[in-house]
Formats: sequence, structure tokens, C-alpha cells
Amino acid sequence: MEKAVLKMRGIDKVFPGVRALQGVDFTLCEGEIHALMGENGAGKSTLIKVLTGVYAKDAGEIFLGDKPVTIKSPQDAQNMGISTVYQEITLCPNLSVAENMFIGRTNGVIQNWKKMNEDAGKILNELAIPAKPAQQLASCSIAVQQMVAIARAVDMDCKVLILDEPTSSLDEQEVAKLFKLMRDLKAKGVGIIFVTHFLDQVYEVCDKITVLRDGQLVGQYEIKDLPRVQLVSKMLGKELDDMSDIKSEGGSYDRKEGETPVFESKNLSSTEAIYPFDFYINKGEVNGFTGLLGSGRSECVRAIFGADRNLSGEKFRNGKSVKISKPIDAMKKGIAYLPEDRKVDGIVGDLSVRENIILAYQVLKGAFHPFSKAEAYKFADEYIKLLDIKTASADTPIKSLSGGNQQKVILARWLLTHPDYLILDEPTRGIDVGTKVDIQKLVLKLASEGMAVTFISSETDEMLRTCSRLIVMRDRHVVGELTGDDLNQNKIMSTIAGGDSNGK
Amino acid sequence: MANNNKSGSGFFGKLIHNQIFIPLAALLLLVLFNLVFDPSFFKITLGQNAAGNPVLSGYLVTILDYGSELAILAIGMTLVTAASGGQDISVGATIAICGSALLRVLCGRNSRPDELQAPIIVAFLVACIVGMLCGAFNGMLVSIFKIQPMVATLILFTAGRSIAAWINNNELPIVGDPTFAYFGSFFPGIPIPAPVFIAAFCLIIIFVVLKFTTLGLYTQAVGINPSSSRLNGLNPQFIKFVSFVILGLCVAVAALIKVSRLSTINYSVIAKDIEMDAILAVALGGNPLGGGKFNMWASIIGAYVIQFLTTTLYKFKVSSDALSAYKAVVVILLVVFSAPTVREWIGAKFKKITAKKGVA
Amino acid sequence: MRNKIKNMSDTSLLLSITIVVFFLMYIGAMVFQGKGFLKPQTFFNILNANAALILMSCGLTIVMIIGSIDISVGGVAALVSMCCAVYLDYKGGNVFVSMLIALAIGVAYGVIQGYLIAYLDIQPFIVSLAGMFFARGMTTIVHTNPFNVENQSFVALKETRIIVPGMGSVNKLGKYVNAYVEIGVIVALLAVLVLFFVLRYTKFGRALYAVGGNKTSALMLGINVKKTKFMAHLLCGILAGIGGYVYFLHVGSGAASHASGAEMNAIASSIIGGTMLTGGVGNIIGTLFGVLSLATIQSIVSSAGMDQAWWTGITIAAMLCLFLVIQSVVIARKTKSLKKQ
Repeated sequence: MEKAVLKMRGIDKVFPGVRALQGVDFTLCEGEIHALMGENGAGKSTLIKVLTGVYAKDAGEIFLGDKPVTIKSPQDAQNMGISTVYQEITLCPNLSVAENMFIGRTNGVIQNWKKMNEDAGKILNELAIPAKPAQQLASCSIAVQQMVAIARAVDMDCKVLILDEPTSSLDEQEVAKLFKLMRDLKAKGVGIIFVTHFLDQVYEVCDKITVLRDGQLVGQYEIKDLPRVQLVSKMLGKELDDMSDIKSEGGSYDRKEGETPVFESKNLSSTEAIYPFDFYINKGEVNGFTGLLGSGRSECVRAIFGADRNLSGEKFRNGKSVKISKPIDAMKKGIAYLPEDRKVDGIVGDLSVRENIILAYQVLKGAFHPFSKAEAYKFADEYIKLLDIKTASADTPIKSLSGGNQQKVILARWLLTHPDYLILDEPTRGIDVGTKVDIQKLVLKLASEGMAVTFISSETDEMLRTCSRLIVMRDRHVVGELTGDDLNQNKIMSTIAGGDSNGK
Repeated sequence: MANNNKSGSGFFGKLIHNQIFIPLAALLLLVLFNLVFDPSFFKITLGQNAAGNPVLSGYLVTILDYGSELAILAIGMTLVTAASGGQDISVGATIAICGSALLRVLCGRNSRPDELQAPIIVAFLVACIVGMLCGAFNGMLVSIFKIQPMVATLILFTAGRSIAAWINNNELPIVGDPTFAYFGSFFPGIPIPAPVFIAAFCLIIIFVVLKFTTLGLYTQAVGINPSSSRLNGLNPQFIKFVSFVILGLCVAVAALIKVSRLSTINYSVIAKDIEMDAILAVALGGNPLGGGKFNMWASIIGAYVIQFLTTTLYKFKVSSDALSAYKAVVVILLVVFSAPTVREWIGAKFKKITAKKGVA
Repeated sequence: MRNKIKNMSDTSLLLSITIVVFFLMYIGAMVFQGKGFLKPQTFFNILNANAALILMSCGLTIVMIIGSIDISVGGVAALVSMCCAVYLDYKGGNVFVSMLIALAIGVAYGVIQGYLIAYLDIQPFIVSLAGMFFARGMTTIVHTNPFNVENQSFVALKETRIIVPGMGSVNKLGKYVNAYVEIGVIVALLAVLVLFFVLRYTKFGRALYAVGGNKTSALMLGINVKKTKFMAHLLCGILAGIGGYVYFLHVGSGAASHASGAEMNAIASSIIGGTMLTGGVGNIIGTLFGVLSLATIQSIVSSAGMDQAWWTGITIAAMLCLFLVIQSVVIARKTKSLKKQ
């Protein structure tokens, strides 16, 4: 039996309204690279933040070696030999490269620049990172910054190294460099936790995989025992066998040849680093973008709505060329967008349900034609009833509603603008099953009334139930389009996974 | 945090959540204080002024009279706070600029003219334009250059009084025409001070604006969640800019009253420290200084509460210079008790106490 | 060359701009205004008059580096002056104890404001605004009317002139007059040196920059963010206390109106000296030059015959505006060129 360097047992973490982690066990052995996998909201990041002392756990124990430990802050974790590279770069852009590698690590009062720069230079050389120690971090590219963060983490004499999606901003060569580094450390007996959404990378370097789903442990597997497709099915929570049984209900849409699309875009790309793509949608059609998190599906629809600045591309409404460079343009053209991140981009927290519902329609109507209170209440009550929004009253601040009801309010906001093209980005994330079904039904109903809908969801069966056409994305590329008989779980997964299957 | 099934905390929560309660409670406290120590505070007498016109006098009239400028400024400051999450500290200095411009137009080249060189309305409009330009300058720095509001307004705060002096060549123009003085004292035949009417007029205007445009909704949406507002088709930068311009207009009106009170101007003293009072009015109204939701009426009541406090302190022979120390204490208490960490701490204590009671 | 600028840290880039601007301005003054500016004593007088401002600006620079602000320094200086003046003249105190009083006031301000800002997370602007008003009000409560201090040992200390060798000049009567600086200047320059060292060569100094650069990152990198913030405000309070005493030593009187607007001058100096309001960028040497630039502008304006008080305010504001916009543009361009990579 290998020696465990880190054990987490029965970890619980509750956020207001969400049980982010429920009794999760995790074991990391010496000299292994351990992939931590799971879809969005599965609890990977929470688990890591509990481990590094950013969040306090609500229950459970953590052992380093055989000793139980309490980790109260990132500093504690560092001192105990747990070093971390986070997904978002957590370095200080105004300091030099060398400082970023050494700050907060050494004792003493005086900063020895000469020694620090020399040490940093050595490490940078070893890892072939193209940066000078004295250079300001902000003047390095994002990839180099990420490599500096990695250099900092590996230079610490650590027992456990956590890499939380470190590769999203690296190119192939840099990834190769990182993998070599990981293997070297592995040989030295360091336990590495590796979080990534790139399946290829998992199969290239990892020894074991732990899968989380909905804050619970699905299982721990040896890499050789778990083929790709099975991994995807474990992450999504569907057994391979039942998957093929699910029939698409959304396939009822008949496409008429030669029809002018309600919306069409060509060669579209935005500041959010998606590769240019073409897209169209017809009247009464429901289509969807699918792919793992970070594959670029949200970025695509944001580009369509003008939420991110477009770098290239043309857009057409009913065949006519239109200019949509910011959200208000899209709204005026009858496009509505329910954003992925409800908290940041959706709700206006302190405002009431009523104000949240009328906001978009009000903006469309203009600043000098405010709805009277009576009108606003009428709209609000109508949609509260229609969507069955559970709220004490139309005057309740939206932030005190549950996630599902908040989502319905945002949906109501956009339905009120009577769009003929509706984009729903993860409308069902983090909401209960009943509401999910309601929303799916609503989408189909709207489509049957002639609205074009683009639907994005992390749950494939939901997509299958609603969409008649799926656009598959991987690594910010559109890699396939599935219709008709191809619309089944196996086909989708193999297209997403790419590699050994026939996706593209 | 609030536990709704416990009637005690529910009631407590409701009280705290009703914004207008805070300034009203402060007002009540001041009224009680004065009732206990000197009920004559509330006496109002009808007399005659030098020109033989009937005038009301008394501390309450003074409060309404001298609170006017502050109430007008509170309107703009509330909007700026809500939209930008920061405060404008240049209002005192811009009052000096507007006032100076106003006098310059009234007096022309001669600093002591026998008659007005331009109609008052023209001078006032010029002052309004100047005020809005100052607001636009601040707004531009905040929205385009993304400088924090307090720092951006630091520029006019530093330069404002100098610019005001420069406009009139550092002379002190004095308006001899008595009609100009009406705006700062009394209209003939009306015993209620004129600034009260001007303030009331402004309040009516802002009431109408809030009622018949979506200004309130937009400002709050932008202040609470700019990212979401943008996706709903709003232009957060433009709305911040507009809020500063509106404040500029309020400043111009306040300047008219201030200048009219004396019929002249003292560049370094006029409206000194009024920015502090205006910010305090917004805070006292229970509006979060970090932006977002606002309650205009709470701010305005807040403004009068501050004037009430000032007048009370004056009455108890506190010198005008020492006044700021007392106000500072009020501000600190206010912000400490509205700080989230402190609130949580109090909430936890409160829970403990109720829990203990439950056990016993 | 372009690359060199791009690789420069923001701190050194803004610092270089400031130093260049200062020298251009001073040399310009020498060339076009001649006379006064050619005499070294003119420069030393600028120092003498602004030693207190240098100290206060250093404090401001430190809190601005962590992305915070403190506008109470001018008020603190007035309070210190008044308390010390009253103590020296009415209570017959000794000079050493009066220094301790100044320090105590500074520490008290630093501790209270630092606690409210760092641990209770209250907006620094509001806290220090209240602090400023409290100080001004307290000053009048301590003593209403301005008065000159006549305590003998204090006056002796105030009159102490430190001769700068070899920098003297011949006056109108043909007599050679030594150039001198006051004690306050020595204190200020010493503080600049010490703080330069602290910011550059100590862990604490670097932690200040880290906190200002990115609070969350600093936390993740293992820095105690709250403590760092608290210490920065404490340091600023202490510097305001010392600055207040130096001011007091320069003017030799107590008055409620002392050092009015000093906080704004201090902020302006820091900004001109290359400190970014957004935090993480700044330099003590830059601040020194910021103060000097500001003071030079003032003396240019007054010696150019534009004696009227308003010109000073307008020029300072114009300079401030210019530097703010430069900062905003420089940083925007840098991030833009980064994105292109």
C-alpha cells in the first residue's frame, strides 16, 4: 500500500442555501498525480479552498501524513507544505517576478534583493520561463505569469502541490514543460492534485482520478480502469447504458429548406478568446451549445448578444445585416440573453422583484416613459403567476429569493421584452428539479409559438430533451454539430471527449 | 441573519430596514433634547424686518431657512452616491465658483454697480451652466478615466475657490439691488423665508423627475450591479456622468441662495465644509455610501436633522469652529454601527442573548 | 527604448516622469526668472517651508500604496500645534515632553483610524474625513485664538539654523550670508531616507506593495493583509504627528487654521510623485520630488508677479489633474499592449 500524504475525511461545507460539499473523502498518496474531476458546481474548487484554508470547513478532518491538522489561512497551508496554483492568477501584478516568487515565504525583516534575484533567476532558467527576475510581473504575458505562479509553488519545499486549472492559459509547449515538471516532482515523492477540464491532459499525466458531483464523492479510480467516455458519464452522472435510451423530445422541429434564419452570424469572435465561428437559428427552433465548462459555449452567446466586444464577424436578423455592438443594440433587435452567472450578471440584488422584472423592458421603452406603479405591478404579478415565482410579494428584494426563483425573475424580465430570439445560458444551474422541468417545458412552449431559443446547459439530458440541434465545443473551437439521430448521449460525449472517438 | 419567526428580532429588523426611521429617530432625539433643556427653542414669533415686511422668526424657522442649501445639495449627493459609490467633495468649492459667476454677471465690469447689469434670471442660468460644467468635469474624470469619485473631485476641491476668486479678479462684488437679496431672505409680504420656497421647489422638481423618468431605477441598478445593468442595455458610465451633472445643477441653486444671503461673496469662507454636511446627510438618511439603493426623502430629512443639530449646538453656545468635532463623533458612530462586521457582531450577540433566554 | 519603458515597473516609470518634470521646472525657473532661483537659499527656503509637508506626504504615500487614503493629516498637524503650544506656554512644559505629546496624538490617530479601516472595513475616506473634522474641532476646543509660543527653550530650538557649507551667497549689502536649513528639514530628510529603506528593503515594505497590488492575491501569497493595512495607517498617523510638530516648529504658534488644506497638498504631492491612487505603485523619493515640484510651482507663481492667491490653487489643481490623467493613460496603454501579446 502506498503511503498517504494527505487524507480528507467527511468534509462538509455549507454556503447559504447550498451544500457545497457533503461528506467528501479524498486521499492523496506520495508520488502520485491525482486528477480531481467534476462538472461545474461539483465542489472541486470548494474542496481545494477548504484544503488551503481559504474557507473554513463545517465538518470533517484533514490529515497530513498521519497527523490531524487545522488549516486556518493560506499562510498556514503554506507553512504545512501545501502549495497551490490557483486558476485565476493570484500574484501581485505590481511587484517584480522574483518578489512574486518569494514574498510571504521567507522569515526575517530585511529583503535581500540580490540573493532573491539570483535564486529566482536560477529557477526561471531551470524551468525555461522567459522572464527576468527584476521584471515587473504585469509586463509578462498571462501564460508567463501562470508559469511564475507554478514556479513559486514548486520551489516551496512542499509535500502537496495543488494545481487548480493551471493550464487554461498555457500553450502546448508550456503545458509540456509543466507536465515534465510534474513528473519530476512526482519522482521526488510529492503528491500532486491536478484539476483541469482538459481530458487529454488528465490521461496524459495522471495516475488516479477522483470524481465529484453535486458536492458528493462519486468515486476514486485508477486511470487505467476508467476510459474517457466513462469518466464523462461519471462526471455528468449518467450511466452509459441508460443514456442511449433517452429520447429527444425536442426533435419535433421540422426544418424547411431555404428558410431565412431569424438570426445568423458569420466569422464571429470576441475579446474572450473564442475562435471565429458561424451560427444560425431558425424561427421556432431550439438549438444549443454544448461542451464542458470553459469550452467557450457562454463566450459564443455573449458574442452574439454583444456582451463582450466583438473582434470580427457579421450579424444578420431575418437576412438583413445588423450592427450589434452592445447589449442595447441586441435588445432593440428583439434578442434577449439570460446570462450564465446569475449573481454577477443577472440579478440587481437590492432591488425588488418587480423592479428586476421590468428593468430590461423599461430600458427598451426609454428613460422618459416610466411604467406607472400600477403597470409595473401588473407586469410583475402576471409573470409571478405565469412562472409560478415564489416570493412574499412583488416588493421583496430579489436577493432574498431562492436561486431558482431568482432565475425565474430574470427569465420573466426577458420574456417581458417579447423577444423573438431568446438565449438562455445555464438557466437551470443550481435550481431544484421541479423548476428545471418547468423551464424546459416553457422553452418548448415558446418555441412552438415561434420563438427561436438557444439553450445552454451543463446537463446533457436536459439539452437532449429541449434542443433539436446541438453545436459541440471543445477548447474554444466549434468542433461539431449534431442533429437527428446523432442526438444521443454517447455521440455527444464522444464528440466532446474527442481524441479516440470520431468527433472530428 | 434576521430570524423572522421571532417577533422580537422581526420587529427589530423591520425598524432597521425602514430607512426613513434612522433620520426620523435622530430628529426625535434632538426634539426631545431641546424640549427637556429649553422648550423656548420651539417658539415662533411673527415680527417685522427692517423693510417693514412681516417675517417669522424662531429657531425652527432658522432650521428650515438655513437647511435649504443642504437639502438641495443632498438631492444631488444622494444620486452621485447611489450611482458611483463615492462622494463629491468639491460641492463647497463649486458653490464658490457658481456664486462668483453669478455675481460677475450681475455686476458686470464694475464690482459695485448701482443697478444690476443683467437680469437675475440670466445670471442664474449662467450659474447653472457653470455648475453643470463643473459637474461634467467631475463626471468625466469618474466615468471615462475611472478615477475614484472622491479623488477626482479633489481637483475642483483644491482649485475651486481659487477659480472663484479669479472669475471676479479677486474683487468682492457687492450687489446693491435689494431684489437680489430676496432669494436669501424674504420675498416682500411673505413671512416665510425665501430659501424655504426654493428648496421646496427643488424637492417638487426632483419628486416629479423621479416619478416621471426612470432616473431612480437606473441609478440604483447601476450602483448595485453595473455589470448586470450593462447586460440590460444601460450605459453605466453615462448614468454616473449624468448624476454628477445633476449635482452640479443643485450646486448652482444652492449658490444662488448662499450669495443672495449676503449679496456678496467671500471666496474662502462661502459654503465651507458643506460637502461634509451633504455627505453626512446622505449617510444619516441610511443610504449606503458604497452606492446602490437610495431613499431621497431620507437624505433630505437627514439634511434638516443636521441643520437641527447645528442650530441646537449654536444655541448651546458651541462655537462654529468646534462644531465639527461633535459632527465627527456622530459620523464615526454612524459608520461604525453600519459597518457589516459590526452589524454581524451585534447580530451574533443578539442571537446569543435570545438563545440564552430560550434556554432559561 | 520602447521596450525599456515597457519593462520598467510602474513605480520607476512614474518616478522618472516626476524627477524630469521637477528638474525641467526648476531649471526653467532659473533661466526665465533668474535672480532668486539662482540662489541656493531659495531652494533651502522651499525645503524649510515644506518640511512638514514632506513628512505628511510620506505618510500619505504609504497609505496610498496599500490603496487607502487619509485626509486627516492636516487636521492632526493643527491639533498637534495647538496642544503643544498650549502645553508649552500655559502649562510651562518642557520641549521634550511636547514632542511626546505630538507623537502620542499621531499614534492615537493611527491606531484608531487604522483599526476602523483595517479591522472593521470602513471606507478610509469617511473615517479620515471624520478624523479631520474632529481634529479641527478639537483644536478650537483646546484653545480658540491663535497665539505665538514664547517658551524660551522652544524658541531657541525653532531659531536653530543648520548651516549648509559652501552654499551661501552675498547679500545686497555685500555681506556673505551662509545658507541654512531648519531642524525640521533634517527630520524630514531623515524620515525620507528611513522610509525609502523600509519600503524597498524590508518585508513589511514589500507587503505594503503586495496588498496594494492585489489584496486577494496578497492573502493567497501568505501576507497578513489586515495587519499590514493597520500598520500602514499607524505609520501615517505617526508621520502626521511628527509632521505636525515640524510644522509647529516652523511657524512657532498654535492656531485652528494651521495646515489648512495640507492634506490635499500632501495627496497632490504623492500623486505628482508617482503614487497611484489605485494602490500598489509609489515611491518615497518620488514623493519628496512631488513636494518640491509643488512648492517650486508655488514660488514660481508668486515670483512671477501673479501674487494673487488663486493662482497657486489653480496651478496645483492643474498639475494634479495632469498627473492623474497621465497615470490613467500610462496604465491604460500598458495594459493594452499587454493584451495584444
